[in-house]
Formats: sequence, structure tokens, C-alpha cells
Amino acid sequence: MMPFYYGSKARSVPEYLKLRFDEKTRGLNAILFAVMTILASGISMYALAILMEKVLGWDFNLSLILSAAIVLGYTYLGGLSSAIYNEVLQFFIIIIGLFPIVCLSLYEVGGWNGLQESLAPIVSSKGFAPDAFTTTWKYSGAATSNPMGVEWYGIFAGLGFVLSFGYWCTNFLIVQRAMAAESPVAARKTPLIGALPKMFIPFLIIVPGMVALVLMNTPTSGFSITDPITGQPNYDLTIIMLLKHYLPSGVLGLGLTALLASFMSGMAGNVSAFNTVWTYDIYQSYIRPTTNDAEADSKHYLKVGRLATIFGVLVSIAAAYLAGLFGNIMDFLQTIFSMINAPLFAVIALGMFWKRTTGHAAFIGLLAGFTIALIHHGLTAPMGATTLVKGGWISIVHVYPVEMAQNFWTAIFACFTSASLTIGLSLVTKQKKTDEELVGLVYSLTPRVNMNDGKWINRPSTLAWIVAIIGIILTILFW
Amino acid sequence: MLDIRIPIGLLFAILGLLVFAFGIATNSYPDMYVKSMQININLWSGIFMTIFGAFMLVWAKLSAKVK
Repeated sequence: MMPFYYGSKARSVPEYLKLRFDEKTRGLNAILFAVMTILASGISMYALAILMEKVLGWDFNLSLILSAAIVLGYTYLGGLSSAIYNEVLQFFIIIIGLFPIVCLSLYEVGGWNGLQESLAPIVSSKGFAPDAFTTTWKYSGAATSNPMGVEWYGIFAGLGFVLSFGYWCTNFLIVQRAMAAESPVAARKTPLIGALPKMFIPFLIIVPGMVALVLMNTPTSGFSITDPITGQPNYDLTIIMLLKHYLPSGVLGLGLTALLASFMSGMAGNVSAFNTVWTYDIYQSYIRPTTNDAEADSKHYLKVGRLATIFGVLVSIAAAYLAGLFGNIMDFLQTIFSMINAPLFAVIALGMFWKRTTGHAAFIGLLAGFTIALIHHGLTAPMGATTLVKGGWISIVHVYPVEMAQNFWTAIFACFTSASLTIGLSLVTKQKKTDEELVGLVYSLTPRVNMNDGKWINRPSTLAWIVAIIGIILTILFW
Repeated sequence: MLDIRIPIGLLFAILGLLVFAFGIATNSYPDMYVKSMQININLWSGIFMTIFGAFMLVWAKLSAKVK
């Protein structure tokens, strides 16, 4: 899908929607997207604040304000290219900073085999097979037999299809880089290059996470992530507490820098995405269109962009408190994605590969998908939910075993509703865009560019095969 | 445009040497490495980071020569 984003010459996903469909689809997406980026940057801000709270012992509210100030300064200073440089550096700092924890934690439990053995009694006591925590698909035959609480088709359709494609094909942080690429080949490689390190991030996060579970259940370890106020475990503290548990001064600083780097890049990326969408797709399109004076315009929009950054950071503070209520930021983020990315993916995929898709249909599809996601979230709740942020704010008609199960199904419902409505309505509404207008935006109308020039090693397809083969090997290893 | 391998290489080579030196200096402190199960993690991380940084710098130099 990257060649079409690239070929459209759009600067953002909403702008692509405007070119492909119409103004209203773009407006709706721009608003939903702005909300999503604010919530996502609030999540990173919350993570940064609890890091300061736990490590430096400061008050949470003070830490939050301080982290907002850090992000504001950071995004204010740099543009996109400095952000990309920074991200590459941060990536290596994250890997190298967290690597000592992986080594030390695995060493303490006696390697991978030792980890499996130590986990077995914990998993069994929860009523699952002893190896249910270290395998992927083996126990996914029924929702009740695996700790995730989802059966294989729910994982496959919810996570594997809707949420994954939603992330890789519509997420601004990925798509923006493809749009800024130097050639169609480079645009096509963007998500593939992104996928390579993404496959190894789980080793840095999941392995120490599993060791943390062992430590939590070993009273002599002195390791705890229990929240002193609620008495419940706060899983957001896991990595921070692991750093404090294992690392002596020296590498501890490095580990903390790694976490800081990852939270800051998460926040900065989202705040700058908010800035772009607000300034170009909302403000410039609906509030103050361009005038004849281009120079005054660009000055004005720059100022508005700066104000948008400040506004975005301020609202993120509220979102950070929301993230704190949720108690598990990964699940919170996935819940947001399932509501906003899932319907968007359906609409964009149909628009790119089916030229009959109309603007009216896309708009209704997007709106209905989001509404269904909201309703599904309002009618269901994960087991033991204590806050309405987790769902059930209309009334609870179904209880999912865990948060993951709930957001996979939210995504499936949203995507399915959106896709079927978009297809149905496209057949009965009139296509207002001519074929000429859709060249470069739709698969069947875009001339094929030969991507297979040059050495085989530089081709996107080679890279795609490498990613696919590593993916298959990992799936088999952790079946 | 600045080759990104150069800042990465410099950062990790310098940081690695610092952490390595710190590891040597604190090697005999008895309480220092209780948390890390008596492994001098500073020393090892330092070595690893220095090698990584040096590798990036050499790689940048080699590809500059080819061009």
C-alpha cells in the first residue's frame, strides 16, 4: 500500500483520504486521528511520569508536569529530519540499554529452560497447561484454555489481520516515513525495514516480563510491582522495577536513558503527528484556508502549528491520567487502535484496491465502524474491570476473560462493519471521482513501476522474503 | 547528509569506554554487584558497547571509501 501513499504526494493519511474520496471523509479521519495521537502521547507521558516517580521518588503530579515540559521543549526544537535521526539513535539506545536486563534476568532463572520450569507452577495454578505462557498457538483451540482468553480465529482476525494491518498500513508514524521517502522503492521498503527490528523488540520486553512474573511469585526475591494505594499489581511498573532490581549504578543510568528515550520518541512522534494533522487537515482546510499571500500564510501556519503543539501537550496530560486509570498501557493503546485504526484500515484498503469505492460509502463506513467499536466497548467489559475506561459504560452484556480479548473483538467488529457498509454503499452510490483523478491512488489505475531493477539484494521483494521467513521460523519455534 | 553511523558509533564508543572504566574501578567493591548476582555488568556492557561503536565507525569509514 506504500506506493499509493507515496504516489498520492499527500502529506498525511487524512490528505490521502481527501484525494481518494472526499472532504468529509478526510475531516472525520483527521478529527479521530487527532484524538488518537493525543491519547497515545498521553500514554507515553504517563510512562515517563511513573519512571520519575519510582526512580527519583518525586510526586506523580509533579513528575507528569515535568515530563510534559520535557516533551514540549523537545518537539518544539526539531523538525521531521532531526526527528528521524533521533529515532535511529534512540532505537540503539533502547536495545543496548535494556539488553543487560535480558541477560541478567535469564541468568537468574537459569536460561530459557529454567524460565519455562519456573513459570510452569505459576501457569498451572491459574488453571492452564504448564507451557501455556511460552507457546503461541498450541492452546488457542478454545478461549478458556489459554491465558490470553482468545481462540485462534480471534487472534488471527483481530490481532493478525485487523490490528496488525491497521498499524502497518495506516499508522502515521509508519506512513509519514513512506511519504517522505526518496523514491517509490524506498517508500515500499519503509514498513519492511521497520518490521526487522520490531521482531526482536519482544525479546527485550517479553522475556524480562516473564522473569518478572516468576520474581513476583517468589517472596524471597523482594521484587514487587504492587501499587501501594490500590494493592493491585500495576503492570506498567514492570520494566522500571526490573531495572531497579538488577542494575547497579553505571548501567542503571543507561537503562533509564533507554526508557526515557523510548517514551520521549513515542510522545514526540505523536505530538508532531497531531501538529501536522491539526494544522494541515483541520485548521488550513476548515478554519482558515490559504490566501494569496503565501509568505504570510506559511508564517501564520507555523505559529498555529506551534500553538497546536502546546495544546496537544496540555491535553495529553489529561490523557495521561486516563492511562493511569487503565492500569495497563499496552491494553489501553490497543483499545484505542481497535476503535480508530480498525475501521480506517477497512476503508483505506478498499479505496486502494477497488476503484468503485465511493466517498459517501467511505464516510459512512468509517463513521459506522467507529460507532460500532464504541458501542462494543460500552456493552462489554474485561473480567474484574474496576473502571469505566475499560468498557461497560452503557451496560454489560458480555464479559471477556481479559482486556486483550475485548479489544481484538472490538477491532474485528469495527473492521467488519466498516468494510461491509463501505462495499454495500459503494454499489448503490455514484462514483464522483473520474479515473484520471484516481491515477496513482488506486491499484488498478496506477501504472506498474518495475521495482526489480538493480541488484537483487536491494529489491523490496528480497527484504519482504527475509521478513516473512524470519516470521515463519519464529512462529514455529514458539508454536 | 551526515552518515548516521558516525554519531551512533561515536556515542557508543565513548559511552562504552566510560562504562568499561567505571566497571574496572568498581570491580573490587563488594556491595556494588549484589543486584547483578556478582556479575560485573558494567565491565561487560562497556566492552560490548565499545565494540558496537567501533564497528559502526569502521563501517561508516569503509562505505565512505567505496563511494
